[in-house]
Amino acid sequence: MMDELRKKAKELLLAGAVKVVIGYGKGSGKKARPLFARRPEQADKLIFDGSCQQNLAVYLTKPELKALGRPAIVAALPAMRAILQLAMENQVAEGLLVVIGLSPEGKLIELPDFKAMEDYLAGAALELTAEQKAKLEKIEKMSPEERRQYWQDQFAKCIKCYACRAACPMCYCASCLVECNQPQWVPAPSHAIGNLQWHVIRAMHLAGRCVDCGDCERACPAGIPLSLLNQKLAAEVFKNFKARAGLSAKQEYALGVFKPEDKENFIK
Amino acid sequence: MAEFEPKIVAFVCNWCTYAGADLTGTSRIKYAPNVRMIRLPCTGRIDFMLLLKAFDQGADGIIVSGCHPGDCHYTAGNFHARRRWIIFRQLLDFIGIDARRIHFAWISAAEGAKFAQFVNSVTAEIKKLGPYQSYQKAIGAGIE
Amino acid sequence: MSLDIKLLKKESLEQWFGKISASGRRILAPVERGGKVLFEEVSSPAEMAGDYIQTTLSAKSAVFPRCEELFGYALEGKEVKLEERKKEPQPTVVFGCRPCDAASFAILNSVFSWDCPDELFKQRLDKTAVVSISCKKSDQYCFCASVGGGPGDTKGSDVLLTELGSGDYLAEVITDKGKKLVALAPELFGAAPAEDKAKNLAKVPKEFDLKALSEKLGRLFDNNEFWLEQSLGCLGCGACAFACPACVCFDLQDEGNKKGGRRLRCWDSCGFALFTLHASGHNPRPAQSQRWRQRVMHKFGYLPDRLNYLGCVGCGRCSRLCPADMNLLEHLKEIMNRD
Repeated sequence: MMDELRKKAKELLLAGAVKVVIGYGKGSGKKARPLFARRPEQADKLIFDGSCQQNLAVYLTKPELKALGRPAIVAALPAMRAILQLAMENQVAEGLLVVIGLSPEGKLIELPDFKAMEDYLAGAALELTAEQKAKLEKIEKMSPEERRQYWQDQFAKCIKCYACRAACPMCYCASCLVECNQPQWVPAPSHAIGNLQWHVIRAMHLAGRCVDCGDCERACPAGIPLSLLNQKLAAEVFKNFKARAGLSAKQEYALGVFKPEDKENFIK
Repeated sequence: MAEFEPKIVAFVCNWCTYAGADLTGTSRIKYAPNVRMIRLPCTGRIDFMLLLKAFDQGADGIIVSGCHPGDCHYTAGNFHARRRWIIFRQLLDFIGIDARRIHFAWISAAEGAKFAQFVNSVTAEIKKLGPYQSYQKAIGAGIE
Repeated sequence: MSLDIKLLKKESLEQWFGKISASGRRILAPVERGGKVLFEEVSSPAEMAGDYIQTTLSAKSAVFPRCEELFGYALEGKEVKLEERKKEPQPTVVFGCRPCDAASFAILNSVFSWDCPDELFKQRLDKTAVVSISCKKSDQYCFCASVGGGPGDTKGSDVLLTELGSGDYLAEVITDKGKKLVALAPELFGAAPAEDKAKNLAKVPKEFDLKALSEKLGRLFDNNEFWLEQSLGCLGCGACAFACPACVCFDLQDEGNKKGGRRLRCWDSCGFALFTLHASGHNPRPAQSQRWRQRVMHKFGYLPDRLNYLGCVGCGRCSRLCPADMNLLEHLKEIMNRD
């Protein structure tokens, strides 16, 4: 299976169809790391196995990568969703990148265009796993005071390194809101309020856009369960607006549109 | 011991709720004096962070109010705001911020009485909840 | 300074902790939290993390906190009144860090005592004692031996404990600060054990020569392609800089309102895109490759040149936690392999 992947990548590079293949390579110890194959022989180093978790779509919006030229990207399911979401947000364009799809087992999937990706995703399992659901429910079942204490303890670990932001394919703003200092809208230091407001604002800016790849939580050096925040809001967006991120290059952003008949039960 | 007087910040839209509050005044309807009004052109302009900023500055309760759906001066601002609030409230509740301290209403320019009634009921509720101590304790926390 | 060597029985740790706490010192030690090992305030050695190679974040927050108040200010009409910070730095014992961490405090001090002595940092450093524990194990990310350190090195420690085969500790009491800590419970410290310290240390190979590295770095500065290749995976977060015990970059933030406020110091990272953004809008390091080059050059070139301290202790934290698996040791070896 890896041979197929390497062959495909080599073909693309040899033909000049792409200038770089963004994939996974062997990393330190048991980890994988992003591999940027620019010469055909570098494609031999591409791998795909259980260690390949990072959502490579994050590199599609990085200026250094864009400067290299037309990319091919090795995309497992979360990356496919991210690519469609980025396309919907006009950050990537069909035809300006090649998507080398991989099933969870590592089988090559032909994805000649975004429609093919949409079709593939339509048949994919996107629900939270039982384990993920259980983690969410545990928080939801807590009393408000228990929840407050739980998140206070979690956010107290935050050092504001912004690894969550850096690893997230949807956080591509050239100037993040935390960098706005006239006024300093989100406190920069990692004190209690600064941490709380950062995570609140990030969760809200991702509501309806997060594709639940889990990279934020994996990247967090302090071990904060960030996925819970994004999963909770994704569930709310789905419950209230029947919208889910990353399923189509042409869908709407749930918080950017509205229906006059939107329902709520808290406005007097 | 002096009775607890909550500090309540109200984010209101200029065209409906603010005008409605004016009407409350000109109608000489008395209402609780605890509200500090912040006038915005439209509820659609209300960044959800503004609500947390109010808590930062010591607010015990927050009111958010604007035009009825369909009546927005800018056509659709309040529709966008509504979607935002639907999600934001869930996030706040999930992370343990007291959602009982934030109240939303549609109050039109003609609803002077409703404004007074709403402010009075919110003030009474916040009075019962007491000062927002858990948030205020966090304000200096984490600074060595 | 004479070096005292003593024996500290494992079960005596609890009592020693008690005496240290009773003396008004807080104890920061590695604690397991949600799958990571972080430094937190503890009152008993039972709270300490068990088997681990290295903590996720360093102990530098003892002397260089994530967020600290420098001073307050009150605005009265047109007058600005400065207010001294109210909190006194608390006497602290950093307990259970590694020899690499112990060596890092001098590096931080070299910057904070350079041209403009930082009073607050000095207060914290003076009030902090370091009780390190030698490394019995290391992993592929460790390279202390290449940067002038070692798994049992005493540099920077006030007391260095080495766990012996019996589970008890060989205690090297190195400085006066260390002696004061031992003096809190002298009955717990017995005669030096016969066992050889070196037998209980991890084997950390020397991977490169510093002088050769510095020389190659000097010739690589303008090689943009090299730095680009190394840094393509870098996501530009601050995790490496914040976890690093030797990184000192900070940001100043004034938080206040019309009545007054306070000036805070918090961590910053040269890896952030806007770190070097000027008020004019010009950014001298607009590309991540330039920022990556800066990180390596600063630690292994500029800092040694200017202040005679290497900016790295080989703890490996940056590489262990990097979400894109940027492995510093690998990158340094790549540099060594160049002509």
